Amino acid sequence: MPFKKFVEIGRVAYIADGPCQGKIAAIVNVIDQNKVLIDGPTSGVSRQAYPLKQMHLTNLSVKFPFNASTKVVRKELEANKVDEKWADSAWCQRIKAKAVRKSMTDFDRFKLRKAKSQRNRIVTIALNGKKKALRKAGKI
Amino acid sequence: LHCLIHFIKRRMGKNKNKGSPRNYSLASGVARFSRASMFHKKAVYKFLKKKAPAKKTEKKAVFVEKKIGGAKNGGTRMVRVRKLPNDYPTAVKTAKRPNRSCQKSHPPKLRSSITPGVVAIVLAGVHKGKHVLVLKQLASGLLLITGPMSLNGCPLRRINQRFIIATKTKVDVSSVKVPENINDAYFARVKAENVKKDGVFADNKKQKYTPSDERKKDQGEVDKQVLAAISKNPEGAMLKKYLASVFRLQKGQFPHQMVF
Repeated sequence: MPFKKFVEIGRVAYIADGPCQGKIAAIVNVIDQNKVLIDGPTSGVSRQAYPLKQMHLTNLSVKFPFNASTKVVRKELEANKVDEKWADSAWCQRIKAKAVRKSMTDFDRFKLRKAKSQRNRIVTIALNGKKKALRKAGKI
Repeated sequence: LHCLIHFIKRRMGKNKNKGSPRNYSLASGVARFSRASMFHKKAVYKFLKKKAPAKKTEKKAVFVEKKIGGAKNGGTRMVRVRKLPNDYPTAVKTAKRPNRSCQKSHPPKLRSSITPGVVAIVLAGVHKGKHVLVLKQLASGLLLITGPMSLNGCPLRRINQRFIIATKTKVDVSSVKVPENINDAYFARVKAENVKKDGVFADNKKQKYTPSDERKKDQGEVDKQVLAAISKNPEGAMLKKYLASVFRLQKGQFPHQMVF
């Protein structure tokens, strides 16, 4: 299977580990096999070297020359609305949902359980009603 | 004037030791000046306080003269004021270990997560798994909990903080007044007397516990207030269902990863 996301200048990556965990940043330059220079002025990541192992590449990328200053990087990120695109992405929303799920208290879990069973009951009743009608009509 | 100053400074000799302490230790490890020399150099005599005169203590009498009465009447004898000890132990007495009753000075510390009105999960005992309401900490350090009884069958009870998990769910129980008589003595177990009747020990079978009328009355009174407090809570209806429910672990749930 061909690779689709590459480590390139302007690639936006999600930082999964380390001090900047949870934020996104753009790759400004490649230092060596394992490290890249990243900068995320719009997401609160200061310009720094970061290990590639602690980053996950996203499908977002912007165009700026290598070693571009933070001002240029910021301009490009804002022009391409990277922060909004990231927030709308399923990946980001999944991360947020996981965080909410992890921070649920026992009472929250109880309420969720009750809500789920209520919803399932409604669905089952509706489904069974439809099944009954179809059976009567000889369709099943 | 300049000549005079020059003359005095010449007489005093150059200070070759500028910057380092006066009484530095020599290469041999000995101090440069002796204690006596330093006493004079620093003029310590100027700063010594006058010695207070020694207090005159009254010498206590060791012997006392006493008259001899009885058979050997007449004359006196010398008697010790404080008698010599009659017993000289051969072994050293081991000091008694200090009594570990620091609990008497204050009730045991309560986990910060446990406050009055917190919903807790009971982990052991007859009521394990139940969600109960913590009312207060008693003098002995044990917690006073209640189901409430009508929701989950747990009565007014004492429990150690070690046997509960305090959840983050709280109910405002400031309006609940627990009667003064509900304390440790109220809950203390009544020991059945093992009385010898006609030379034979009474057949004390374990009596099945039946709650006294007093307990039932107090339970009703406290629970009424507690249920009112729960109803006042915006999530009151759900909370009542929650207190009636039982806690269990599902697949994929690990207590150390859960927030309670």
